[in-house]
Amino acid sequence: MGKRTIQNPIGRKDSRFVEMVKSQQFIAAAAMIVLYFVFWIFAPTFRGVNVITQILNSSYYLAFLGIGVTFVIATGGIDLSLGTVMGCAALLGGRLYSVNGLPMIVALLGTVLIAVVFSAINGYLIAFIRLPAFVATLGTQMMASGFGQIISNLEKTNWPARASEPGGAFKNAFQITISGEGKNVNIPTGLILLLIIVVIMSVILTKTKLGRYILSLGSNYEATRLSGINVRKYQFYAYIINGVFVGLAAIAYAAIYTSITAGFGAGQETNAIAGAVIGGTSLAGGIASIWGSLFGVVMMSVLKAGLPKIGLQSQWQLFLTGIIILVAVIIDVRRNKVSN
Amino acid sequence: MTELLEMKNVNKAFSGVQALSDVQFHLRHGEVHAFMGENGAGKSTLMKILTGVYQRDTGEVLLEGKAVEYANTAEAMADGVVIVHQELNMMGDLTVYENIFIGRESMNGFLINDRDNVKRARELFDVIGVSIDPYAKVDSLTVGQQQMVEIAKAVSHDAKIVVFDEPTSALTQTEINELFTIINDLKSKGIGIIYITHRMDEVFQISDRITVLRDGEYVGTVNTANTDKDELISMMVGRELTEEVKLASQVDDDAEVVLEVEHLSAGRMVKDVSFKLRKGEILGVSGLMGAGRTEMARLIYGAEQPESGTIKLHGEEVKIKTTEEAVAMGIGYLSEDRRRYGVLVDKNVAENTVLASIDKYVSSGLINDTRANADALEYNEMVKTKMTGVGQVVRTLSGGNQQKVIVAKWLLRDSEILIFDEPTRGIDVGAKAEIYEIMQELADEGKSIIMISSEMQEILRMSDRIVVMCEGNVTATLPIEGATQEEILSYAMMRKEV
Repeated sequence: MGKRTIQNPIGRKDSRFVEMVKSQQFIAAAAMIVLYFVFWIFAPTFRGVNVITQILNSSYYLAFLGIGVTFVIATGGIDLSLGTVMGCAALLGGRLYSVNGLPMIVALLGTVLIAVVFSAINGYLIAFIRLPAFVATLGTQMMASGFGQIISNLEKTNWPARASEPGGAFKNAFQITISGEGKNVNIPTGLILLLIIVVIMSVILTKTKLGRYILSLGSNYEATRLSGINVRKYQFYAYIINGVFVGLAAIAYAAIYTSITAGFGAGQETNAIAGAVIGGTSLAGGIASIWGSLFGVVMMSVLKAGLPKIGLQSQWQLFLTGIIILVAVIIDVRRNKVSN
Repeated sequence: MTELLEMKNVNKAFSGVQALSDVQFHLRHGEVHAFMGENGAGKSTLMKILTGVYQRDTGEVLLEGKAVEYANTAEAMADGVVIVHQELNMMGDLTVYENIFIGRESMNGFLINDRDNVKRARELFDVIGVSIDPYAKVDSLTVGQQQMVEIAKAVSHDAKIVVFDEPTSALTQTEINELFTIINDLKSKGIGIIYITHRMDEVFQISDRITVLRDGEYVGTVNTANTDKDELISMMVGRELTEEVKLASQVDDDAEVVLEVEHLSAGRMVKDVSFKLRKGEILGVSGLMGAGRTEMARLIYGAEQPESGTIKLHGEEVKIKTTEEAVAMGIGYLSEDRRRYGVLVDKNVAENTVLASIDKYVSSGLINDTRANADALEYNEMVKTKMTGVGQVVRTLSGGNQQKVIVAKWLLRDSEILIFDEPTRGIDVGAKAEIYEIMQELADEGKSIIMISSEMQEILRMSDRIVVMCEGNVTATLPIEGATQEEILSYAMMRKEV
């Protein structure tokens, strides 16, 4: 038998396009856009470039958290510590620069490093000591919260306020402000950075051995192990990836908002996890989408920016996000049932 | 006097497969009635019908002459029909008395009357003649004591019939003697005892009569005093062989020994196991449930670590510490429990097929899915997986086709030694024949196969040699030439005294 051309080896019933439209990440993207235009129609003050900048600014750090935690959720795990770890990392990095007077590059590396150390602890406890992720990360959540308070002495920590300040150049990665004619123009460079990272991480999740094994062990840990795969190692890696992104999120937050108060970060884990779930990542593990997580967190930023413009305060944002998460999870559960 | 229990012409089918056909079972007051048969003979199914877990399709069940049909276990218990499970079903963190009376606690208004519950527990233990602290946590008890608690719980329902399902498999000899004293005591109170076991010596020690089932059919009932081991064994396996039988080994005695296991031991389940596997051979591993076959396979596969013993591949001793190492050494394992340990149900056929071989498709860090899909398709066509395409999610395939995907996975991996654990369990007849064909082809190509199977016909049809295990020991290594069902079963029931 010679080489033959295989017609539709996948056995697709739908075209690629139809398949994409049916996916939850697409639904999340569509919901995000619809939501944006709903606010656009009902709130005149919502229309404008400033609001888009505001949405983007509050999306960068959340998106990094969402991307990282997607890898963890893909293994069937969870990370409750990422909010306080991000806070702790931002405090530590800021102090290395502003109090200890170290070069910015050291402060940035220190920020990522501390986050990776915490995630390595999580990964070790979960993959090798076999603690439930919920319990392990609840412990490190408190550790990180306490550690942040210890190093900051409960004082506010400042990062450079302007890109022109010494050590402020890293801010250009997220936003370049051009002043002139009495008007400031902000160029959202962070959007480009974010999109590049999303593309890379999406490829890592779906097209590399690392990502494939993470999804496999999240889908069925024992069956993956019995296929001769070092499941513990790959489970550990998922937490390390998450740690790197928690560090990047701390830097993104510092770049945009400059000052870090003690206690910052607590609770952000729920936003990150919610973003991932809204984007179609299954809390049971095995199914995950980086693009979905991006759309999920941006959708929450749209809500956050839009609700005050129609006269609803942040308590409404919480309430509505809760409803959206439930809807997303119900869609997920139903989809699994249908294919059963 | 009416009989305590009469079950007549009981039929039960599960999704079209007849599990019981016209089965009968009779039990007298004050009788210990042993219930025997191979794995899958239908003993558990009949007992589940008796205790209300399943409902019969047709047939009659009379308790003291009165027709009964239980919708659930609670109804059966209310009538005094109780079962002491092989797997003890208790809440380990709760106390003994809480476990006994759960759902039936003595109350003081809204509050549980603990004092009275403890008192009732003590009375129960007096009745059956054991001393266990009602306040002890169940987890702190030995398995034997836990069983006594289960018996106390059974007796507390004013039991008329107590079913014991393999009660001694985890007990020490002293505990077994204690159990038999209790059983004789219950018997003298007029309670009917149904005793399910594979252990011949116990049957002759404790029972008055014996009923044998085979392949879901009633074979007969005999008085224990008038029978012997050989008669029972021929009753249990005396089926007509409807399928072909391998007449002679297709492997030369001097063929290379690929795998040699010597004195392998781990815990209670694997004791001093030794055997050889030759190139191109199908080595059947027969035994009853709990014989330690799967546990033995997991030791060879690196999923668990042996306490002692050696494993040699091509004459060289190897230490296999992880499944990763086992796969790298050319061993593949196909689990008996496909959904839990075999497939990734929410992944598609292609992802499942290439899972153990992903390295083949990685170039500069990325997986080449086009090539992976093409290979997945080729190998699944080879094993005749019925699917819409390799993109079909495995969850939506039948059991037989899921098994084929797993076979395709190991074919693609090109493993030299394959361990098939119950390869056709829960698979329809057509797919079964195809799996047999694939296994034989693999052996003909020079792959070596260990086939763990509880089905006699499968063992006799496929094996070149047969290893028989009983309670962790290898009790026989038989050539296929001249092997009979009776011989295999008698070795499968041959306990080695400790």
